[in-house]
Amino acid sequence: MELAVDIDKNQVADYYRQMLMIRRFEEAAGRLYLQGLVRGFLHLYIGEEAVAVGAIPVLGVQDYVITHYRDHGHALARGVDPKAVMAELCGKSTGASGGKGGSMHIFDVDRHFMGGHAIVGGQLPIATGLALAIKQRGGDGAVMCFFGDGAVNEGEFHESLNLASLWKLPVIFFLENNLYGMGSHVDKTHAAGRDIYTSAEYYKIPAVQIDGMDLLAVREATKEALKKVRSGSGPVFLEAMTYRFRGHSMADPVAYREASEVEEWRVNDPIEQFKSFSLAEGLMSEDELAQIDREVIETIEEVVEFAKNSPEPELDSLWDNVYA
Amino acid sequence: MPEIIIREAIAQGLREALDEDDRVFMLGEDIGAYDGAYAVTRGFLKQYGPDRIRDTPISESVIVGAAVGAALAGMRPIVEIMTINFTLLAIDQIVNHAAKLRYMSNGQFTVPMMMRTVTGGGGQLAATHSQSFEGWYASVPGLKVLTPSTPYDALGLLRASRKDLNPIVFAEHSMLYGTRGEVPEEYFEVPLGKAVVRRPGKDVTIIGYSRMAHIAEEAGNRLAEKGVDAEVIDLRSLRPLDTETLVESVKKTNRAVVVEEAWKFGGFSGEIASGIQEEAFDYLDGPVARVNGLDVPAPYNGTLEAATIPTAQRVLDTIEEKFGL
Repeated sequence: MELAVDIDKNQVADYYRQMLMIRRFEEAAGRLYLQGLVRGFLHLYIGEEAVAVGAIPVLGVQDYVITHYRDHGHALARGVDPKAVMAELCGKSTGASGGKGGSMHIFDVDRHFMGGHAIVGGQLPIATGLALAIKQRGGDGAVMCFFGDGAVNEGEFHESLNLASLWKLPVIFFLENNLYGMGSHVDKTHAAGRDIYTSAEYYKIPAVQIDGMDLLAVREATKEALKKVRSGSGPVFLEAMTYRFRGHSMADPVAYREASEVEEWRVNDPIEQFKSFSLAEGLMSEDELAQIDREVIETIEEVVEFAKNSPEPELDSLWDNVYA
Repeated sequence: MPEIIIREAIAQGLREALDEDDRVFMLGEDIGAYDGAYAVTRGFLKQYGPDRIRDTPISESVIVGAAVGAALAGMRPIVEIMTINFTLLAIDQIVNHAAKLRYMSNGQFTVPMMMRTVTGGGGQLAATHSQSFEGWYASVPGLKVLTPSTPYDALGLLRASRKDLNPIVFAEHSMLYGTRGEVPEEYFEVPLGKAVVRRPGKDVTIIGYSRMAHIAEEAGNRLAEKGVDAEVIDLRSLRPLDTETLVESVKKTNRAVVVEEAWKFGGFSGEIASGIQEEAFDYLDGPVARVNGLDVPAPYNGTLEAATIPTAQRVLDTIEEKFGL
């Protein structure tokens, strides 16, 4: 049978596992939050898994990923140890940032995972600089910079798009348009509403809107974008239309949208969609998928246990990395 | 020993960095084709080319942010923000990002970037172009703040900064670029966080930095004519702050006055005064005095503006009033 997309059984299993891993990880994080083991702000990526998993594995090890504060999904898709991420959420010394960053500030230097940035739009100038460093060195690396629909109204967004385009920097500006900046709908916050990608065209950046609930669509668009970015022609802008099934953060009572809207989007659940695809194409069997489900649940149990049992940071560590 | 002006000293320090380290590049508004708003980078574009001397759009946030990103990726960017007033357009990148990333990543990342900028008033540029925000930046853990007042210090601090992996705010005073001073031909550095005693004395300690270090010195010289032996200290570096040198001096003189161009309310001079009082209260004959810029937006009119900026006469009057000297 000829598939419309270039994908093999191992990749399908891997993508399914990664998306499910993020889903179960986030559910577990939500439970730990309700138990008081995760504090501060916790923003869950549930519903948006196809974006991170469709996009990030396309990159090479030399490339950089940088993102916003809803960052667990991107970190996991980049291969950051889920134990280190969960321990960070719990503020433990074994956390990705030693308990200094929390949910919104996950970093992993070895995987070129550059954060986890909690000021809306703040990561875009930094992404531009990472891409500038690649260009200064003459390498063929690329930067993938995620941001939400809220960030496009910040000046930093416009400054970054202009400079990256002007200097032909190798960066994919990856908008995750989940329709809401906290509780404000894009129709009420952005003049281009649900077609924000058109604002990139003003800066002469090729821009495409994609179905962010469809992993394969994300993957194909990312491959194309990366090819273009690596060719030296400058940045590319991708707008993935997606949706978070949960609130903005755990503190969000979700008063600003109808439950029916959430149900409509749930029909397009990225994991269920991908599951149906892989079954329909005969790439995976029910048994094989169920096996992955069990393995992911076991892994998450280990992850949670690790985070719970890890030690608190020593009080002395308060002054680590304070230089001035 | 050859004499040069501060503009030349800074240019020399930047050239050394560009010559000796291919990770170094500069970016900023009009640093290339225009030769720099204050002519510090005159001739750089021709010498080093557009890849290393990068003229940018007027986009302060992405200028600083791009330097942060490039530094994270192993480069050694040097940013010029035309004046410290404009750094407010980049304050998110400076305070929320550059200053935080090493700590928040638990030391996985360092941010070896320098932001050069121009501080101070006195040029009749009115309220939006005459401010001194280096004290604000000095309040942030994660930033180092340097304020040279001589060619020697400017070059020495620039050299020492290259060995530092952390974000540095390098505040050059707009009225000091033509200030002349001796700079030895042999290599030297000025360590970060070390004040210097410009004039040793025993009766009163006068503390200043940047342009106010010169005002402090002028006041010290005039006091000498009155038979008062003042010790004058130039901080050179606001963060780290060399409290030790200040305390040692006050233990000797028992009196201190801090001179700062920025506003008094919430000003950095209050931090210095407080630090001295915490560490050397028993040695003090009276409260540490402060001579600051007046708490008004800088007026355009020359006479009015001059009235807002501390002068040696105001320092003398304060010392006489507070200490009877």
